[in-house]
Amino acid sequence: MTILDIQAYRLRLPDTARPVLDGVDLTVRAGETVALVGESGSGKSLTSRSVLGLLPDGATTGGTVRVNGEDVLTMTPERLRDLRTGTAAMVFQDPRAAINPLRRLGDFLTESVRLNGRLAAAAAAERAAEMLDAVGLPAAVLDRYPGQVSGGMLQRVMIAAALMGDPALILADEPTTALDVTTQAEVVALLGDLQERFGTGLLFVTHDLGLAAAISDRVSVMYAGRIVETGPAEDLFDRPRHPYTAALLASTPRLDAPQGRLAAIEGRPPGLREELTGCPFAPRCPIATELCTEQAPALLSIEAEPGRRTACHHSDRTGEGSADA
Amino acid sequence: MPDLNQEDAVDPKGAPAVRRTVLEVVGLHRAFGGVRAVDDVSFTLAEGGSLGIVGESGSGKTTTARIVVGLERADAGQVLVHRRDRTEHRRGRAHRLARAREVQLVFQDPYLSLDPRTTVGAALRETLRLHFPDADHPRRIAELLDQVGLGEREADALPRQLSGGQRQRVAIARALAVEPAVLVLDEAVAALDVSVQAQILNLLADIRARTGIGYLFITHDLGVVRCVTDDVVVMRHGRIVESGPTTEVLAHPQHDYTRLLLDSVPRPGWDPRSIAAARRAL
Repeated sequence: MTILDIQAYRLRLPDTARPVLDGVDLTVRAGETVALVGESGSGKSLTSRSVLGLLPDGATTGGTVRVNGEDVLTMTPERLRDLRTGTAAMVFQDPRAAINPLRRLGDFLTESVRLNGRLAAAAAAERAAEMLDAVGLPAAVLDRYPGQVSGGMLQRVMIAAALMGDPALILADEPTTALDVTTQAEVVALLGDLQERFGTGLLFVTHDLGLAAAISDRVSVMYAGRIVETGPAEDLFDRPRHPYTAALLASTPRLDAPQGRLAAIEGRPPGLREELTGCPFAPRCPIATELCTEQAPALLSIEAEPGRRTACHHSDRTGEGSADA
Repeated sequence: MPDLNQEDAVDPKGAPAVRRTVLEVVGLHRAFGGVRAVDDVSFTLAEGGSLGIVGESGSGKTTTARIVVGLERADAGQVLVHRRDRTEHRRGRAHRLARAREVQLVFQDPYLSLDPRTTVGAALRETLRLHFPDADHPRRIAELLDQVGLGEREADALPRQLSGGQRQRVAIARALAVEPAVLVLDEAVAALDVSVQAQILNLLADIRARTGIGYLFITHDLGVVRCVTDDVVVMRHGRIVESGPTTEVLAHPQHDYTRLLLDSVPRPGWDPRSIAAARRAL
């Protein structure tokens, strides 16, 4: 069952020359983990926030963002509140910034289900204790303040809070970026366990291609507001077919790659004030041709590679290039 | 007949056989209340070398770096640069400037370490005036900017008009302006996007090769450590648990904690559950 279904989603902001999100397609099925990978400004966080109807001021949108079949972009404020406290939940990057430091963690956990009237105070507290147990924390945490627990524990509290409304979809926006590497492993293991137990769909937003490949079923790579490549995590990691994905992999200092200079991508992503005529990556692309600067490539299926799509005029050559290297 | 002995004396790579020590840290201790943040930490950095300090939050790596720079005092122990003790903290302008020329620091977020109202060129000029009042400043500023891959346009820019990568280049240029013997880089590439991070890491490698400056590289990222350091020390709870040549330590970790750190790096086929279990067992 498809829980999240984003089709041809466009988002435009005032005073910009190009759409911030330009024709984004993305689906997440029940029990599936999909990673959305990109660098800052690629639009990955905007995409995940859009799923909860959290749009920047003055934004105009096109296309559809459906959660359980219902378009978020046309929802009434009441329906949006139900969505945010029930069907879909967000785990943010920095728990210290997302959780009110002056309220007890018990209040934070029960706030959403009490607000939407789903549970009374006693039942909500009971459910909070249950969810804390699910993330491996004792019920005593309910009485603590955010300042009294570690960053890793606080991120678990955030995950527990996300589970309170029994969501069908969890949106995790860089949920482990602020954590130590060993703590990251714990949080990721926890998310995986919970997903298996509750059959939740997970959209995992990250800048870390290695992490994305390690944890997800499918990966979508974003660049300048567009999905440039999508496919099963391992295939995409082993045989990238978009030059940007290949370049991202080559510029990551990895433990299993040859030592020495990194293959840095020169230049930087296009700004929002620049109009884009062709492929957004063309100015930085080692294999770009005239066609690339004139015509934007569509996200097309790759022959003999099921489930994979790439938006590159020369995707056949990207495959060869990475095999040589 | 050729003199065999003489031929043997020439290093095939052309590198000097023995490098002098530029930085020596001996028996460093620092406690905050009852917590031993830095507990008997010693290491040496060779001239033109690069030493990584790896650890998680609470490992004491940042406190160690701050003591080396002089932002934090040690309860005990010595920090020697070219055999001169920095921990004595002798007063006076001349001593302070001399200390600054020994060690410079590049922070994680250059946005917080650059004056928002000062242009890049003016920031460099200020540093040069302080340390080298008689030098040809415009020429040196152009040289420094060129060294970090920036141009005249960036010289007139304010920090907020630059990207994160450009700002980090400015921070590096400002540190280099002083011509320090050691550059301490505290998570200096952690906040950058991967593609920009690669540019900065390459830049740092080039600068080291060209100037012979020594790096003390504080990071949590083992991929970065592998990329830019010759030697590494692994810290946990204020103590060094393992140290040695980077390739050796990463290929054959001896300590359980080093192994845990290595296993924690996500990759295809990664098993976070076993890592979580190993972490709890340690």
